[in-house]
Amino acid sequence: MPAGTLYRGREGMWSWVAHRVTGVLIFFFLFVHVLDTALVRVSPEAYDDVVATYKTPIVALLEYGLVAAILFHALNGLRIVAVDFWAKGPRYQKQMLWSVVGVWVVLMVGALYPVLGHAVREVFGS
Amino acid sequence: MSTESSAAIGSVEGVSLYDVDHPAPVIEPPRKRTGKTPKGSRTNFEMYAWLFMRLSGIVLVVLVLGHLLIQLVLDGGVSKIGFAFVAGRWASPFWQVWDLAMLWLAMLHGANGLRTVINDYAERDNTRFWLKMLLYTATVFTVLLGTLVIFTFDPNIR
Ligand code: HEM
Ligand code: HEM
Repeated sequence: MPAGTLYRGREGMWSWVAHRVTGVLIFFFLFVHVLDTALVRVSPEAYDDVVATYKTPIVALLEYGLVAAILFHALNGLRIVAVDFWAKGPRYQKQMLWSVVGVWVVLMVGALYPVLGHAVREVFGS
Repeated sequence: MSTESSAAIGSVEGVSLYDVDHPAPVIEPPRKRTGKTPKGSRTNFEMYAWLFMRLSGIVLVVLVLGHLLIQLVLDGGVSKIGFAFVAGRWASPFWQVWDLAMLWLAMLHGANGLRTVINDYAERDNTRFWLKMLLYTATVFTVLLGTLVIFTFDPNIR
């Protein structure tokens, strides 16, 4: 790893990689999500059948992953905006990234029970 | 010694090549748009796309995180979702507008982001062209379908 370079291989690059990967994932999710929501125009049963699969424990894990991706992309997106528009943004980009990671961890812990609670109850009995 | 006009320029390097009668050629500013500029870069499209990513992103923080809070956290989380729940939400114009704005902004933001990703990684002209056509087709289809669903939703479908 070339030491002392501003960007390559350090926080700046890895946050960019993560921002790109999460952005693409969310886009593909959204495509499927609009299709599944469109089932409300087919019949209430068709919609409820598909949504029932969203309440299973395995899909709950995927939902937790989606929340993880969105939260990172959203928080880091705000950091990008700050780097671009705030005069001191570039200087504090590293500190801002670690703040993003910190807030992300807190929110992910907070999301554990709401998103995964029902799955845990189902797998291990209530 | 030399004439007045060359004195200012030539005093360090010696004799200047240029004077009033032999003016230096004009050097164009490097980014000036000329007849040779390719068609695609004659407008400020990329600058507006860049700006749009940032403005839409800020709005999406509220729209998408609010949506996730409602769908996954409040009121029993994902377990409450069903046809009746959607009917209740889309009975309100407020949530119709919310979902509509979220649909359009997220799709355009995501599509523009994917356009950048394709431009970065697809090196052959043909591949790049067709991947973008696929992207634009899927985007237009999704936005239209989602819009139609919001506007034609019928709680008494049966
Ligand atoms: C797993 C998490 C999610 C769940 C359970 C969920 C659930 C729902 C539900 C029940 C609806 C129906 C309308 C309503 O109640 O507002 C809906 C619509 C919608 N959701 Fe989500 N959503 C999730 C994540 C997302 C994300 C991450 C996005 C954006 C990137 C998103 C964008 C939309 C849009 C645009 C619509 C309107 C669809 C249309 O026009 O047909 N959703 N969602
Ligand atoms: C939740 C709020 C969001 C914020 C604050 C946000 C912010 C941003 C920003 C500022 C960029 C520009 C990066 C750049 O120009 O270098 C970006 C890129 C991107 N966003 Fe978002 N975004 C959000 C939601 C979304 C959603 C819902 C999607 C998917 C539908 C998405 C997909 C993408 C993609 C694919 C890119 C391109 C990544 C790249 O070029 O590396 N974003 N986002």
